[in-house]
Amino acid sequence: MTVSDTAWKPAAPPPAPVSTKSPKDRAAKSARTRRWRNVVWVLPAVLLLGVFAYLPLVQNLGFSFLKWDIYSGRQTFVGADNYVRMFNDPIFWKSLLNNTLYAIISIAFQVFGAMTLAAMIEGLRSQRWRGILRAVYFVPSAISLTVAGLLFYFIYEPEMGILNAALDFLGLGNFTQAWLGQENTAIFAIIAMSQWQGFGYCTLLFSVALQRIPSELYEAASIDGVGPVQRFFSISLPLVREMTGLMMIVTVSGAFQVFNEVMVMTSGGPNNSSQVLGTWLYRSGFVRNDFGYAAAVATAVFIITLVLAVIQLRISKKRRVQW
Amino acid sequence: MVTRSAVLLVLGRVLIKAFLVALAVVVIYPLVWMMLNGVKSNSELFSNPFALPIAWKWDNYVTAWNRGVGDYLTTSVLVTVASTVATVFISAWAAYGLTRVNIPFNRVVLVLILGGLMLAPTVALIPLVKMFQSLGLYNNLWALLILYTAFRVPFTTFLIRAYMMDLPAEVDEAASVDGASKARAFWQVILPMCKPILVSTVLLNILFTWNEYLFAMVFTSGGALQTLPVGLTNLMSKHGTDYPVVFAGMAIAAIPVIVLFFAGQRYFIRGLADGVGK
Repeated sequence: MTVSDTAWKPAAPPPAPVSTKSPKDRAAKSARTRRWRNVVWVLPAVLLLGVFAYLPLVQNLGFSFLKWDIYSGRQTFVGADNYVRMFNDPIFWKSLLNNTLYAIISIAFQVFGAMTLAAMIEGLRSQRWRGILRAVYFVPSAISLTVAGLLFYFIYEPEMGILNAALDFLGLGNFTQAWLGQENTAIFAIIAMSQWQGFGYCTLLFSVALQRIPSELYEAASIDGVGPVQRFFSISLPLVREMTGLMMIVTVSGAFQVFNEVMVMTSGGPNNSSQVLGTWLYRSGFVRNDFGYAAAVATAVFIITLVLAVIQLRISKKRRVQW
Repeated sequence: MVTRSAVLLVLGRVLIKAFLVALAVVVIYPLVWMMLNGVKSNSELFSNPFALPIAWKWDNYVTAWNRGVGDYLTTSVLVTVASTVATVFISAWAAYGLTRVNIPFNRVVLVLILGGLMLAPTVALIPLVKMFQSLGLYNNLWALLILYTAFRVPFTTFLIRAYMMDLPAEVDEAASVDGASKARAFWQVILPMCKPILVSTVLLNILFTWNEYLFAMVFTSGGALQTLPVGLTNLMSKHGTDYPVVFAGMAIAAIPVIVLFFAGQRYFIRGLADGVGK
């Protein structure tokens, strides 16, 4: 929506054919300059984004066709070589698999788990308890992934960690292990931490969505003798469907951009078993000085997030359920 | 008469509440453990991880502070304040332009700014390193300030724009009758009216900047230039055997944002909810 600028309005009629310097014409011209002067409003944002977000995006594509040593500065054009190497790189596929695992498990816990939890919370009668629980669940989302990652590094630590200690206490001593130190458990241990960190955020959002459902719907259903479980499936679930779709996309998109927690907890180890695209990109560039290859991995991340963003956009457009 | 379904309903309620409370305890316990470990001695950590501290060693917090956490905190505060202020002003400025000023190529500009929402920092990382090296801003706080602002403007503009669209047009008309210029109308009329969403965006930006890791790690390397998330991993690798001090450092990093969240909960929720879709 644009609020009409009264000074700009008279620009509409076409220029008179005879005199080229009619007052009308001049007015139109000055209105046009004034209109162009208005770009100062959006210029800072556009410049910042153009130079530091969009330009790098284009440059990245260019870099992905180079062999590039950042320390010597030598760049050679190698065509699609980086992409060929990427598709033949088992660690790239391992990373992609780990990101996919991340996405699937996060959808289960942070979308469907959080939605169920939100419905349980909103079903409580005490306003106070609802507020307290929503807030408590959110606290891990307020702290940084670095602190959360370090914290769980210690929790999983075999000597002092509370996870093994708790398993011992429960008589499940057989299950104790070095969670982050083994190839088959490391990525799952990291994903588990991430669920702890992120589910409260999603629960909060679903709570807000549920609160927007008019309470008359539930009351009417109650009077008709519909039980709470059925109310969840026949009222809550359909009416937060749009939100669910958006949350799924946001979660999956986040899962393909994971970096911080993996870096802090395992750096992708042991033996690259917990590598994700973000950490593999970082390692390829900054540790193995293979920046062209890193740029190719970045392009893969870009394509994945772009596809997800387009889907998100389509959901957003269809949104706004009327009731 | 008590029917069977009524009993089931009450039982269900009790079970749900018990489950939710138990979950809350499980969720919050790791953070309590972290803070308690910050006042233990190293040997206590290894003896019984669930035990309370014997002597509360508050000086671990002092040690952590002196081993660099103080510097990291100062840097974090500086970067957070500067980039939050820059982000919110640039975004509010742009949102005003997009909603209430007649600018050329309005749609294109809108798509350009909001399209930034889908850009992942990892994708731009490699070219940005090269760019900041040639700008001479590598290992410089300006790099963080610029990047945080650039990557937060889309989301912040999105939120403020949505809010401004809901403000009635008469507000501006009243201002122009008074002869106020667009800029004056922005500062004196529109901006004050946007206060609720501005508070939300300030809080969300603080949370983001305070916790950001990727850019902070790649673009700074000197001790005094590092923000808390990167500094903490340093503290860990340098003094990794003195675990209680590391825990104390983690607690120092976590407490400010937790306090902030509880203080501004209402605004946080509003911002988060509007961000995903009204």
